[in-house]
Amino acid sequence: MTTTTANSTKDEAISNTQSPLLEIRNLKVHFPVTEGFIIQRQVGVIKAVDGVNLSVNPGETLGLVGESGSGKTTIGRAILKLENATEGQILLNGEDITKSTGNRLRDFRRRLGMVFQDPFGSLNPRMSAGNLVGEPLKIHGLTTTKSDYKRRVAELLKIVGLNSMMAGRYPHEFSGGQRQRIGVARALAAKPDVMVLDEPVSALDVSIQAQVINLIKDLQTEFGLAYIFIAHDLSVVRNISDRVAVMYLGKIVEIGSRDDIYNHPKHPYTQALLSAVPTANPELERNRERIVLEGDIPSPLNPPSGCVFRTRCPLATKECSTQVPELQSVSGNHRAACIKGDWYKSDSSEHESVSEEA
Amino acid sequence: MSTLLDIKNLSTHFNTSAGTIKAVNDVSFELREGETLGLVGESGCGKSVTALSIMRLVPSPPGRIVSGDVIFQGQNLLKISEAEMQNVRGRDIGMIFQEPMTSLNPVLSIGRQLREPLELHLGMTKQQSLSRSSELLELVGIPDPATRLKTFPHQTSGGQRQRIMIAMALSCEPKLLIADEATTALDVTIQAQILEIIKDLTDRLGTSVIIITHNLGVVARYADSVNVMYAGKLRESGSLDQVYKEPKHPYTVGLLNSVPTLDLDADVRLQPIRGEIPNLIDLPKGCAFIDRCDYAGQKCEESEPELEEVEDAHFGACWEHKRVSKSLLGITS
Ligand SMILES: Nc1ncnc2c1ncn2[C@@H]1O[C@H](COP(=O)(O)OP(=O)(O)OP(=O)(O)O)[C@@H](O)[C@H]1O
Ligand code: SF4
Ligand code: SF4
Ligand SMILES: [Mg+2]
Repeated sequence: MTTTTANSTKDEAISNTQSPLLEIRNLKVHFPVTEGFIIQRQVGVIKAVDGVNLSVNPGETLGLVGESGSGKTTIGRAILKLENATEGQILLNGEDITKSTGNRLRDFRRRLGMVFQDPFGSLNPRMSAGNLVGEPLKIHGLTTTKSDYKRRVAELLKIVGLNSMMAGRYPHEFSGGQRQRIGVARALAAKPDVMVLDEPVSALDVSIQAQVINLIKDLQTEFGLAYIFIAHDLSVVRNISDRVAVMYLGKIVEIGSRDDIYNHPKHPYTQALLSAVPTANPELERNRERIVLEGDIPSPLNPPSGCVFRTRCPLATKECSTQVPELQSVSGNHRAACIKGDWYKSDSSEHESVSEEA
Repeated sequence: MSTLLDIKNLSTHFNTSAGTIKAVNDVSFELREGETLGLVGESGCGKSVTALSIMRLVPSPPGRIVSGDVIFQGQNLLKISEAEMQNVRGRDIGMIFQEPMTSLNPVLSIGRQLREPLELHLGMTKQQSLSRSSELLELVGIPDPATRLKTFPHQTSGGQRQRIMIAMALSCEPKLLIADEATTALDVTIQAQILEIIKDLTDRLGTSVIIITHNLGVVARYADSVNVMYAGKLRESGSLDQVYKEPKHPYTVGLLNSVPTLDLDADVRLQPIRGEIPNLIDLPKGCAFIDRCDYAGQKCEESEPELEEVEDAHFGACWEHKRVSKSLLGITS
């Protein structure tokens, strides 16, 4: 541990007996926005991820929820180095990935797997299922002989519930659910420690969605994988996550255990989000209070000053436009960022946190 | 309440090189005035084609309505001329699609597109249609309507475009609104806004609504009754409480046990329906659900069950409906 560790990550590490497998410190991913013909000039910057701290322990699932444009996917892509971090660190077993190159980077990549949302677009249509699953084995030199390679590919297909006889078929010959299974097998191939799953079931029909969710859970139990599960479906995230972070316009506004977030939501955005989810229970729906937020999600090019949620927050007052709320502990590792919260101490000197500053 | 829409034995097929797809296969149901009906089922089960058949918008070729009646306000829509049908669309029946960009004309201003049906169907003058248009935008929660009328579809966000579609679909105060996955592509807080607007406006106008969705939660919140479709046919139909609490078709049970919901135990293990959706070109002889069904028996292989009334106004199409229960498969709620 370095001495610059933020408080938020420090007490997380103290309260957990295990040290985090993956740790994200003050991550910022900013995209310049340019305009002009031939001569491009920068007219603004989109702060897709703006000062995020997270940690994931071995074998656990961290759910990442939030609406479109909140930065969930960008965090996932930054972890895989598909996006460059503008600032901050991403540590795998304490070692910073953002700075690594060459063999070191290749080794990191092996230990990180990714499953994408679109089971139709994310697989190369010209590669057979077997080659798609086997490619990571070749890239990382994980099998020595041809027969070993074949055996491993067959085994991977079997793990995700596909028949190894299907290895020669191409993506268009599979259904959406089967394609997503191929995507999972491919991500598993190099035996990663952490898997980033970005909306892995949202393109699937409900009955198939349930099959894939159960598969993902079973693989975690079997291989001790840690997951970052990104989704906008709050019911699915609840079913699969141990801890949950709620994002809004590039920032985490609340984070805690699954029960903290779903049973005791503190941030007005989390509360509104949960109340907007209709449940498949007509009786409950008839009697349920709902908070309907007004207005649209603001453009990330021009986010509101102060609290990013203030333009839609039912509790917002004038102070919310000048004060930037920071994540503060509600109890233990349950944190939320709202200056109106009864847990919130406006004298921030005792609650130093790097998450919302700079 | 009197019947607004009565669909009898509707069948719509698509002729493809691989064979005939029976996208809608002998479907019958009724909708009363002021009623909101949810039409649920998974991808490809025929929900959209049912809606397109009612509107007579099935792309042809390859599609064709092969039989049935669509009685709307006493008139068979399948028997009237195309010119008469054009008056029904937009004036008597409004429709909202999933992707508003494909149903809004990109080169016409929003004002122009809103005014057109008002002038065409209601004979309004330009002055009248202009003021009604901005009133409509205000009703669906669009700030500064006068300015917005002059803008073009691409200048608005997805949520705003869907609001404009609602304004357009409801502008002539239709008797029926069909919303086909109208909020599926939207974020959950925006989805809630849009659904509340649809509910509020249709309540005020007394409009009947068909909500087409795969989201069982949306139906539970907004519908009065529900039709469950699978492989081109209605498999179950009844009031919300009947279908959600005491489903009589194994497919409905499977759907309900597949979705995690916020009111159930967080650790509950989902009970998916095994297997996959069958190929509509090559359906089994008996029940189309047979390969995925835990209740299937001999009779199911031999003949296809028809919808029958299993209790008061609750219909199911399953030979084994007496044995079917939600708790039998392990989940009670
Ligand atoms: N233009 C077309 N040509 C050929 N087949 C078609 C056409 N349109 C629809 N179909 C077929 O008709 C069947 C029913 O499709 P439909 O669009 O009604 O399903 P849906 O229930 O609306 O599904 P989703 O939930 O995916 O919207 C499908 O098998 C589909 O492939
Ligand atoms: S800080 Fe203000 S605007 Fe932000 S969530 Fe709290 S009350 Fe709402
Ligand atoms: S008819 Fe038979 S196969 Fe079809 S749903 Fe009922 S029990 Fe299952
Ligand atoms: Mg459809």
